[in-house]
Parts: sequence; C-alpha cells; structure tokens
Amino acid sequence: MHAVNTTSAAPALRSRLTWFTFASPANFYRLAGVLAPVCGLAAVAFALAGLWVGFFVAPTDAVQGEVYRIIFIHVPTAWMSMVLYVAMAFWAAMGWFLNARMAFIFARAIAPTGALFTVLGLWTGALWGRPTWGTWWVWDARLTSELILLFLYLGYMALVAAIDDTRRADKAGALLAIVGVVNVPVIYFSVVWWNTLHQGSSLTMGAKQHMASPMLVAMLLLTLACWAYAFAVVFLRARAIVLEREGDTAWARALVADNQGR
Amino acid sequence: MNGAVFVAVYQRDLRLAWRRRTEALLPVAFFLVAASLFPLGVGPDPQILKVIAPGVVWVCALLAAMLSMPPLFAADHADGSLEQLLLAPGAGLAVAAAKAAAHWTISGAPLVVAAPLLGLLLGLPAEELPVLFASLLLGTPILSLLGGVGAALTLGLRSAGMLIVLIVLPLAIPALIFGAGAAAAVDAGLSPSPHLSLLGALLIACLVGAPPATAAALRIAVE
Amino acid sequence: MQWHSLSEFLDMGGRGGYVWSAYGSFVVLLLAEPLLARWRHRAARRAIAERAADEQAARAAGERS
Repeated sequence: MHAVNTTSAAPALRSRLTWFTFASPANFYRLAGVLAPVCGLAAVAFALAGLWVGFFVAPTDAVQGEVYRIIFIHVPTAWMSMVLYVAMAFWAAMGWFLNARMAFIFARAIAPTGALFTVLGLWTGALWGRPTWGTWWVWDARLTSELILLFLYLGYMALVAAIDDTRRADKAGALLAIVGVVNVPVIYFSVVWWNTLHQGSSLTMGAKQHMASPMLVAMLLLTLACWAYAFAVVFLRARAIVLEREGDTAWARALVADNQGR
Repeated sequence: MNGAVFVAVYQRDLRLAWRRRTEALLPVAFFLVAASLFPLGVGPDPQILKVIAPGVVWVCALLAAMLSMPPLFAADHADGSLEQLLLAPGAGLAVAAAKAAAHWTISGAPLVVAAPLLGLLLGLPAEELPVLFASLLLGTPILSLLGGVGAALTLGLRSAGMLIVLIVLPLAIPALIFGAGAAAAVDAGLSPSPHLSLLGALLIACLVGAPPATAAALRIAVE
Repeated sequence: MQWHSLSEFLDMGGRGGYVWSAYGSFVVLLLAEPLLARWRHRAARRAIAERAADEQAARAAGERS
C-alpha cells in the first residue's frame, strides 16, 4: 500500500474520503493548515480557564502553601511528554509497516515537541522540588524516568539528524522509537524498583495527598490545553516538513506561487 | 536462523580479534583505568568506595562495552562483505547473533573476569565479589546484544560512537539497576537473587528480541 | 478570591520566584516553539520559490542559447 502520489495539480480535498486520504502530503498540508489555528485557539482557551481555576479557585495547600500550584503545569507537561513519545513511536511504526511517508513526517514533527515537554516537566519539577524538598533535583521514580525519557527523545532526534538519506533515517528512527517504547515500561519498573530500594519510603513528588477538586479541575484543563497545543504545533511543524520534502512537486510549487501572487 | 552463517561469522571475528590481540584488550584497559579514576576523584575513604564500588564497576563496564561497539559491523560494511553476508536466507539473524556473541567473547568476557579484581581495588568485601561477578556475567551479554542494535542503526555514520552511547545507554539502565543493585543488596544484608533473577529475565528478553531488531536495522542500513 | 492584593498574588507565600519562573518558562517556551515552527515553514516556502525561480531562469537561458 503506497501513499497516494500527488504529482498532478492540486487534487480535490474531499473527492473520496478514505482511511488514506490524509496519507497524501498535499491533503494533509491543507487539513493541517485549517486545524492548526483551531487547536491553537482551543489551547489558549483551555489554558486561560485552567489558570483561572488554578490560581483563583483552588485553595492554598495545607502542607505546601502556594508553591504547590506548580503542579498545574508540572503534571500536564510530564503527562504530555509520555503521550507524545508513544504517539511518535506509533506514527513511526505506521510509516514503516504501511510504507506511508506522511506517517514518518508526522513522527518527526512530534519529536521536538515531546522533548520540549519533557524539559518543561523536568524544569518545573525542579522548581517545585527546591522549595518543597530542599534540593533542586530529587531522584524519585517519576523525575528519573522523565530524565531517561528525555534521553530517548534526544537519541531519536540525534539518530534521524545524523542520517542523510531520508528513507533510511525515517526507518531507522522508527525502529529506535519502537525499541524505545517497548523498553519504557521496563525502564519505569526498574527505576521504581531502584527508588524503593534506595530511599525506602516515598520521597516521591506524586500528589499522593488527597487533592481538592478545583486542583484536579485545573490540572485537567491545563492537560487539555497542552493536548490542543501539541496538536497545533505538530501540525505546524509537519506542514513545514512536508514542504521541505515535497518541494519539487507541482502542488507545492503552485501553492507557493499562489502565496507569492497575493 | 542460518547456522552456517552464524558459525562462519563468529569464527571469523574471533580469528580477526586474535590477530590483533592488543587492540582487543583495549576495552579491558579502559575498564581498569576508568574505574580507577573514581577513588582519585572521590577520595580513598574505604567506606565511600565500598558503597559506590558496584555502581562504578557496572558503569565502567557499560562504557567499555559501548566504546568497543562501533567497529562491530563497520569493517564488514566498508569492504562490502556485509551485504554479501546478508544475501543468504536467514542470514540477518545469524549475523546479528554471531556479532553479539563474538563481541561478548572478545570484549565482554574479559570485563567479567577483570571485575572482581576491580571490586577488590575498590574495597568491596569478599562476599560481594561472587555476586558482582555473576551480575556482570549475566549483564555483559545484555550489553553486547543491545549494543548490536545501536551499532546496526548507526552503521556508516560519522558520529556513530557517540550516537551508540546516546541510543543504547538509556536502554541499558534496567540492567545497570539490577546488576549494580545485586551486589549492593548483599552489602545491605539482603539476598541478591531477586536482582539476579530480573537480570536473567532481561538477558532472555534480549536474546530473543535484540537479534531481530539488529537484523532489521542492518537491512535498513544496507538497502 | 483569596488574594487580597496584587503583591500578595505575586509573592505566592514567599515562593513567588519558583512559581513564576515555572509559569514563565512554560509560557516562553510554548510561545517560542510555534514561532520556530512557523519560521521553518516560511524557510521551506522560500526555498521552493527560489528553486522554481532558478529553474525558470535556467530554462530561459537555455531557450536563448
């Protein structure tokens, strides 16, 4: 099954909607162009709602005071970093098994965003840990796993960047991402094991304490905001990558010429 | 898996390594030097050294294994014999398995032998040494197998060495945790068997999963 | 509303530095990323336009000679 080759002039978008309609880079390009701003607006809306609830509705925490409010961005960013890694591995695998270059492009578009969320998760975790636990870094299971996840992202990005041949880079990256995603549960388990061995009881940064519902609502809203944001940015980046790779096709040239004419 | 190809590649690699014996011993030399840096950096206090010893030995073994990875397929790839090898049916798996086995025989096994000596240098008590030995006996094949995947993925790339380290080390972390943890458990008065069992399970999983991944990576690199 | 003044809000119980550094990095990075993506998109468009213009010029030169 090969991706639809659109070297003819711009194909009609809804001529025949199948599972593979958006495997065509041209169709995807147009769809993403519409969806990206919509997702971006949704992200802003959810974020504003979540921040409002987090700062003006959620009460002060009995134990941690006000600084706990960092979890409203720490938990969503950490969560997104994991979700995006799985998504990246999924799309890379799809590209490999279905020989669909759009899926490879999508996987590559996800990677930097996933890495960024990982960095944010680690950084917000450190900023939360310093006033709460006294040190800038806590080797608890969650943060340590996040750090290893960052290495997995960097490894993927470094590998695909080092290979000049696009096809080989896509497939090698897919293999690495699949190996990575299979290993993530093993790594997480071993880190939890390691953590309980060395630190006995929980020095975890998990919100084990009972959370008031405004706190949960704020976290949920900001998680949705990060989801929508991730879609928007990944669509944006995927559009750029599509143009980079499909630049010599007729549809791409027509598109650019159109834009210039305006 | 093509048995003939396995035997041929394994024997050939061993013969080549024997001809360049000094080169083959470099990973062990690195292992000893790197591990010896730790007392120099941390201080000779035997209490501290005793605690960090299993971790230090394991990390240095990891790095030594990774550093000897890039040449795994590179020489055969450079002179075109790798592509020839991969033509036979079932050859991919055989080559992957044989290379990992050869790497372990040449670079991994010496590390296992040298480890108790290093343990002594770092002040590890006598009852922990067999556990350290066992953990590396189980762990170094894991490193050879995982390293094979990394070497195949980065075949022919300029910065293959560093890339292999970046790609493979995160995957090797569970082995590190269970391996170093085994000796540390003895120190804490606990049994090392859960750690060693988990390490054994990891080894089995790698024996089953790594060669196909390496074979797939070789095909990607060569086609 | 539990904040009685703006300065109390900014102070965050004495931990304002941590809280606002966290939120500040969050906002800054998540604004920078889409901007970088847009820049990459624009660069790709420019590259296509340049290649098309080059080809046009080469064809014109070929026709002339």
